[in-house]
Amino acid sequence: MVWPLLGWLTNGLIGRRLSRALAGELACVTVAASFVSALGVLLAVRPAGATDAAVSIVIPLFRWLGAGDLWIDASLIIDALSLVMALVVSGVGFLIHVYSLGYMADDPDLPRYFAYLNLFMFAMLLLVLAGNLLVLFIGWELVGVCSYLLIGYWFARPAAATAGRKAFIVNRIGDAAFLLGLFLLFTQLRTLDILQIRDGAPHLPEGVRTLAALLLFAGATGKSAQLPLHVWLPDAMEGPTPVSALIHAATMVTAGVFLIARLDRLFLTAPVALFVVGIVGALTAFFAATVALRQYDLKRVLAYSTISQLGYMFVAMGALAPVAGIFHLVTQAFFKALLFLAAGSVMHAMHDVIDMRRLGGLARPLRWTAGGFLIGVLAIAGVPPFAGFFSKDLILEEAFALGLSTGNFLPYALALVTAFVTALYMTRAAMLTFSGRPAEAAAHPHEAPPSMLVPMTALAALSVGGGLLGARVAGEPLVEFLAPLIGVKAGEGAVVHPPAGLLVGISIAVALAGIVAGIAVHRGRRDPALGAIAAFLERRWYIDDLYDAVIVAPGRALARWLAGPVDLGIIDGAVNAVGRVLAAVGRAARRLQTGYARQYALGVLVGTLIIVGYWMLR
Amino acid sequence: MVPAPAYLALSAVLFTLGAVGVLVRRNALIIFMAVELMLNSVNLAFVTFARQHGSIDGQVAVFFVLVVAAVEVVVGLALIVDIFRSRETVDIDDVDLLRG
Repeated sequence: MVWPLLGWLTNGLIGRRLSRALAGELACVTVAASFVSALGVLLAVRPAGATDAAVSIVIPLFRWLGAGDLWIDASLIIDALSLVMALVVSGVGFLIHVYSLGYMADDPDLPRYFAYLNLFMFAMLLLVLAGNLLVLFIGWELVGVCSYLLIGYWFARPAAATAGRKAFIVNRIGDAAFLLGLFLLFTQLRTLDILQIRDGAPHLPEGVRTLAALLLFAGATGKSAQLPLHVWLPDAMEGPTPVSALIHAATMVTAGVFLIARLDRLFLTAPVALFVVGIVGALTAFFAATVALRQYDLKRVLAYSTISQLGYMFVAMGALAPVAGIFHLVTQAFFKALLFLAAGSVMHAMHDVIDMRRLGGLARPLRWTAGGFLIGVLAIAGVPPFAGFFSKDLILEEAFALGLSTGNFLPYALALVTAFVTALYMTRAAMLTFSGRPAEAAAHPHEAPPSMLVPMTALAALSVGGGLLGARVAGEPLVEFLAPLIGVKAGEGAVVHPPAGLLVGISIAVALAGIVAGIAVHRGRRDPALGAIAAFLERRWYIDDLYDAVIVAPGRALARWLAGPVDLGIIDGAVNAVGRVLAAVGRAARRLQTGYARQYALGVLVGTLIIVGYWMLR
Repeated sequence: MVPAPAYLALSAVLFTLGAVGVLVRRNALIIFMAVELMLNSVNLAFVTFARQHGSIDGQVAVFFVLVVAAVEVVVGLALIVDIFRSRETVDIDDVDLLRG
């Protein structure tokens, strides 16, 4: 974890004096070092056996701060969950660092970019390894800052700067709720240590647990772009594409899912909160998938699909199956990063053209990119044997099981419909971008350099084979690894197991149907005319417009009112009045100062006589 | 033996002369002399009371006053000489640069 911090310090402080190539390579090396370290720790822990994997190794660093009975120890936890997360973060992070070498090669401000990226890696590793909720919160805020910095990396572009601010502000709403949750937990448990909270949470009163879980979940919706705080993520695509891949697809946005998995015992013992989590996740998944059907910006399509996939993860959390959620988190990190890198490669080739209406016929010149994108599409659509199939199928099964045991089939139904829509819009994106005739004859697309292709190939391999981590045929190694630690179904009776084969069949059929429908509908490279529905989707369910009307516009009016009548009239008026009164007093008092020393002496004499007289008469 | 009230009366007369001198004269040197007159009238009162009460405190105070007066004369005369050099006058009504 320390490695990227070193990289950040070096690149941030003396980056300008380093040669450009050195800055990038240094950043890559530091991230690779943390990946190797995480791998080493994994290998050190793993042979001890599956049962020992449940043991959490706590590394106390130092006593951070203390006030009253609030003692905060900065500590790290190494257990199955944090190791998996650290491996994913540093592994995908490393690939994206390498990719950035190629993608950002022409940028004049390279050291700054890599400094931000390294700072982000440090913050994210701090977040996943934190042994204390406050430390986690520090990491949480730091990744938010990095996200802001990197979205607005091209700060000269107004859209990028605005998008960065929007991300920051929307996140702030969630963070406020998160912080309130922390306060609540602290007042109830007198500790913020994660392990102690895990042990103590089930003994709390039901209402407190529910409230705390809901507050923390509100924080998670901000970070993970769930309804209703999702609006920042599509705009975040203004940042450089590798950043979109790393922060806004693979790692940071999954922090909310990670948080719930981290505090699984708190959430699993709060059924109401879990219900909310599942419903919000399902609604978000469905909403984002439908919106993605009608976006023309390739990266925005991917952004909405990220929101949708994150919704899936929350469905898994809501279905009492954090392991499935983490599994999907891992596979999603692989194939979504792959899709983004492929999109970045397209932008690289087409000189930053990202509007799919202006793209087309790129399959031939960009053979490798197209292949990678296709693998990503198949993976996200859930076609076996690609990674997304196993994880998504596991979530669908768990959602179905939830439906069986509680009668709440809504998450399952929405998730199933979403699976179809997902296949549909990803096929659409692929068709519009890569097939057909070249829409822009003027541009001469060229394949990306090796530094971009190699990471894409690696991610493609992971997207194909990553599913084996949790596949039933391979013995579900990831699930086995994580299961002892999380997903303890406290107080739940025997979970009804659905007919697995049937469900698998259904999900495969749905995915294939989506792809076939996508090909059929978009063969002519045109969107079918759907009238009002299309407009509805294109305007993103009017949610952004609603926010504009309900929050932004009144906010502007309030600001204008405060700036005009209140600030100029009352506050400035008060200040000016004070000044005017003082000036008037000064003008009057000036007459006293005649410059005749004898008058002053007379004054002194008279004053003395008055005082003496007062003392004598008293 | 002259009675104490006579000394005190003389002291009061001298003090009044000094105070009036400070107030009515414009020449800085004269004002300065008037101030000295006031100081010495106070000294006279001190000594009178010291003798009357058979205590040495008043005489000690007189020594302090004398020392301070000497110092004050040094500083004051230096100021007056300096003002005269720069402004060619010692009329205090003409020295009014700080007038509001």
